[in-house]
Amino acid sequence: MSRYVALFVQPLVALALAPALVGFIRWLKARLQGRRGAPVWQPYFEIRKLFGKEAVVSHTASWLFRATPFIVFGTSVIVASLVPLVIVPAAPLVVGDVFAAVYLLLLGTFFLALAGLDTGSPFGGMGASREMTVVALTEPTVALAIVALALSAGSTNFSQIVARTIAEPAAALGPGHLLAFAALFVVTLAETGRLPVDNPSTHLELTMIHEAMVLEYSGPYLALIEWGAALKLLIFLALAANLFMPWGIAFSLSPVALMIGLVSVIVKLGALAVAIAVLETRVAKLRLFRVPELLSASFVLALLAVMSTFLVR
Amino acid sequence: MAFGTFALIVMVVGYAGGACLSLLARSQRSARMLTALGAVVGCVGGLAAAVSVFATRVPVEAVLPNLVSAAGGVVIRVDLLGAFFLALVAAVSLPAAIYGTTYMAEYEDRCSMRVFGLMFNAFLLGMSLVPCAANIFTFVLAWELMAVSSYFLVMTESENADTRQAGLWYAAMTHLGLVLLLPMFFLMAGGSEATSFADLRTGAATLTAGTRNVVFLLALAAFGSKAGIVPLHVWLPRAHPAAPSHVSALMSGVMIKLGIYGLVRVMFDLMPSGPAWWGGLLLAVGSVSALLGVLYALVEHDLKRLLAYHSVENIGIILIGLGAGSILHGVGLRALATIGFAGALFHTLNHACFKGLLFLGAGSVVQQTHTRNMEEMGGLIKRMPHTALCFLVGSVAIAALPPLNGFASEWLIFQSLLAGTYISRPEIAVGFPIAVGMLALTSGLAAACFVKAFGISFLAMPRSDHAAHARECHWSMRAMMMVLAGSCVVLGLAAPLVIRGMNPIIDSVPGLSAGEPLPRSPQLWLMVPNGSAQVSPLLMAVLLGAIALAVLLAIHAGGLRVRRADTWGCGRISQTPRMEYTASAFAEPLRRVFAEVYQPTQDLSISVHPESRYFIQSITYTSHVVPWFEKAFYDPVTGGARALATQIRRLQAGSLHLYLLYVVAALVAALAFAWWSK
Amino acid sequence: MLLFSKIWKTGIATEMLQAGDPAAIEIGRALERRIKRLFGRALAIREVDAGSCNGCELEITGLTSPVYDMERFGMHFVASPRHADMLLVTGPVTRNMEIPLRRTYEAVPAPKFVVAVGDCAKTCGVFKDSYAVVGPVDRVIPVDISIGGCPPEPTDILRGILQGLDRFSQKRETTALTLEPVAAVR
Repeated sequence: MSRYVALFVQPLVALALAPALVGFIRWLKARLQGRRGAPVWQPYFEIRKLFGKEAVVSHTASWLFRATPFIVFGTSVIVASLVPLVIVPAAPLVVGDVFAAVYLLLLGTFFLALAGLDTGSPFGGMGASREMTVVALTEPTVALAIVALALSAGSTNFSQIVARTIAEPAAALGPGHLLAFAALFVVTLAETGRLPVDNPSTHLELTMIHEAMVLEYSGPYLALIEWGAALKLLIFLALAANLFMPWGIAFSLSPVALMIGLVSVIVKLGALAVAIAVLETRVAKLRLFRVPELLSASFVLALLAVMSTFLVR
Repeated sequence: MAFGTFALIVMVVGYAGGACLSLLARSQRSARMLTALGAVVGCVGGLAAAVSVFATRVPVEAVLPNLVSAAGGVVIRVDLLGAFFLALVAAVSLPAAIYGTTYMAEYEDRCSMRVFGLMFNAFLLGMSLVPCAANIFTFVLAWELMAVSSYFLVMTESENADTRQAGLWYAAMTHLGLVLLLPMFFLMAGGSEATSFADLRTGAATLTAGTRNVVFLLALAAFGSKAGIVPLHVWLPRAHPAAPSHVSALMSGVMIKLGIYGLVRVMFDLMPSGPAWWGGLLLAVGSVSALLGVLYALVEHDLKRLLAYHSVENIGIILIGLGAGSILHGVGLRALATIGFAGALFHTLNHACFKGLLFLGAGSVVQQTHTRNMEEMGGLIKRMPHTALCFLVGSVAIAALPPLNGFASEWLIFQSLLAGTYISRPEIAVGFPIAVGMLALTSGLAAACFVKAFGISFLAMPRSDHAAHARECHWSMRAMMMVLAGSCVVLGLAAPLVIRGMNPIIDSVPGLSAGEPLPRSPQLWLMVPNGSAQVSPLLMAVLLGAIALAVLLAIHAGGLRVRRADTWGCGRISQTPRMEYTASAFAEPLRRVFAEVYQPTQDLSISVHPESRYFIQSITYTSHVVPWFEKAFYDPVTGGARALATQIRRLQAGSLHLYLLYVVAALVAALAFAWWSK
Repeated sequence: MLLFSKIWKTGIATEMLQAGDPAAIEIGRALERRIKRLFGRALAIREVDAGSCNGCELEITGLTSPVYDMERFGMHFVASPRHADMLLVTGPVTRNMEIPLRRTYEAVPAPKFVVAVGDCAKTCGVFKDSYAVVGPVDRVIPVDISIGGCPPEPTDILRGILQGLDRFSQKRETTALTLEPVAAVR
């Protein structure tokens, strides 16, 4: 019974943390740019404000446009309950494994791309086209990173992967793990629309990928999409953190273990957020047709991760 | 007599009766009705026969030894594997036949409904008999019936030059398949007279390894050309768009699966336990087909050609599952191998459902917009809402997105590839991850392609007058599409139960079975036998629905105000359909990324004003993607054949004296040969 | 790494917001309390150049620089008016920009308000009575706050917005303000 509670409470925790993660990255980038910047809680204020506004829907748009924010939000929340965040999901309540998580997020992206095309705006179509290109090219890297993890753990269930890394800490420093982590980090940048793939704070529509699809959304719909995007970033960073450095994660439901799990995931997410903020300050956005080169480099990293895991075994 | 045999008789009578009655029909309309009636009776009979085999686990047998006894007579035996494919044929043909009743109304002035009805029922009869056949003669008879009748169905609009070309390619490739099929069977029979499958099964053990390898390669080529593997798939993108849409649905959804059936029958049932490289070849061919199929689908603007290329991709995915399972089976990991086989067979069923659905949807759309070109459609989601919803369900299913059926079967195939990591051999260590990468890339590109296909065809504003005036199609066509869409949803949500139902089928075939009884799989979860991974599409769907509903209610309770306005176009005065994104523009980034594969040709012609060459009047830009292997393989072959034919034509000098000389020379040669061979 | 050592040496360059000349800011209509509550902590701004000489734009781009840093007040620029709460309009409205300006205003979801920046937006400035100009911004869309100057200083612009949202002055009015409703969408 209590496992059900954990299943439903963990996504709520993720929902609560996600805007703070995005706000922290923005705050840190502001400080690195030599200015004070908005407080870390700014995204919460923005989401609250958006819920108070009206939604403007185009005449050209259909029911799909209005349904998409719920699908994007819903898939992000389900994946947040699947991934090891504070507590490791354990049988029999495992709704899915790593593949299921990846494809659920792809479902959200699919509908978001359709919504971009739905309004008949050329920006939406452009965003949809670019987003599907990037997502299609990240799929093989993600699959191979999963293979690299599943090789050592013998399973694609999150619980077994995490348990395996905890049982053998030395394996965490193995070449396979490190290469897979690097590949997954590049995939995170690509899928969540961060530099160098996509600039989340750009105003130039012709440089947008993810933002271009949501140019027509307003009010509560936009709030859901922004929150879902923040949640997606949290999920990817949590995966990068807890699949490769899972120490601190809770296996049982005791209050102490949960507190340690929460604190450790916040620390790990904070560290990864610092890495992203520093990276975004340092690099410039890649030209769109250079992005496939970056993604094929990450594919090679993932392939090397799989090979080296085979050889080391 | 047994229920199964009775059902089979009903099936044959239904199809044959439908064929004859529609040929004798008084009017075009009654021909359409009789065609559908015969097809429906036949489908129901086929389904009943298949269900009886599933229920009783006893194969249905019927033998007519006196019919063409020189070739071994007609032997029918529907075992579990055959029943699965028979059920697949019947279940997808039923909606297609009913759909065709109203759909063919627009063809009435162009072709004869009587002939169409004859060929349609003959096609269904051929397709239904292929899984039932249990000796070489019956199999080849059914195979050829299927091929010849489908040729005539493809040529329905024979006044169109493209259709005639498509028919020519189709006929050539089908007969190439037959030319490879017959030697394969004769090699398997080993020169003896015993040609029933039971005899072939026992005789397979006596064949040499070399013969078995040759048989396997011939089977792969023959059944592969029917299934549509690269590079033998070239007839698919030509023939499927040319045929009427419900025929395309059957050809793409059902007929190519019979190629898979033949391959499974020969490779796993008649000659089980082949060497590991058979599985490896299947895996390699499957991966390449999947990737190339989806890559060529991406740059297509013809909606039906796009769907045809996706059939190539999905056949590739099925072969990946079969190949992975075969390798695991050969190594001894038989329980894990069943995941690959179950995934492959499940994907066969799923593809039949969603490809049939997509083609029927495309048929409605093409009927209303009078074009197959996506660039002239648009805005159909508001004008044809039910068709759009069904097409959306089909698109989500084929893009392998949870919780529908495409995801379930692809998940199983991924897990079977992952199971290969238990094998520590270098070629597996390199090959399986590359196959995983190619499969993942394929599914990502398929999602991109269907965003394009659905988005450009149905969303935004109509790009042509026909699209602007499109109306919803007839209720019978919509109802059949909804039946297939519902089946996609049910197969997806109840995937664990379907896999549980498929385990007996896999157990019945020696080359597929695990040998030991498998643990009973749970009802809610798709699971790998050693418990290493699980997923529950039903739970995912329930959770997604609950969360979406909860958020929707919360937002409405908080007071949602919606205002309708024009699309934001940077303050432009007007928004016209010309400003929407086009299909070519959508695929452009991927076209650039994969330019090495596509090798597109570019043609730019600029015409200037007669008075000054600085004033440009018009610019025409054309870019074509011609599949390079057509240039590399088929053009030399057809060119060589044509050259050879030109040389041989010299014999036809037109002179009667020369022909008489040929006759005399042939007679002399025959007599000399007869004397010499004595 | 030169970049990071430079960042470390430069530090935070943001200046405190000074009080300036109060005459520059005109609050045309009292903004609804609802708007002040909603946008108090987070404001999305869409800038529209309705034919200006770009002098005001140069000052506005200064708002995002480290020195003036409007993000610390929770304000940020957005690309699409659908995401915006406020329009920041510059320039005398030229004939060609009249319809796009009106469309931009209609594209913004309610509740919304408009700030006109510069003498041209207030009174057409040096372009008054030109053949190419329709009139000041309030001829086309309802304006809530006007900030004069040619061009106005970035501090004036910031103060104007914050004063309009009642966030600049230390004393807060607790009684209801005159509720002149925001103009309906034309």
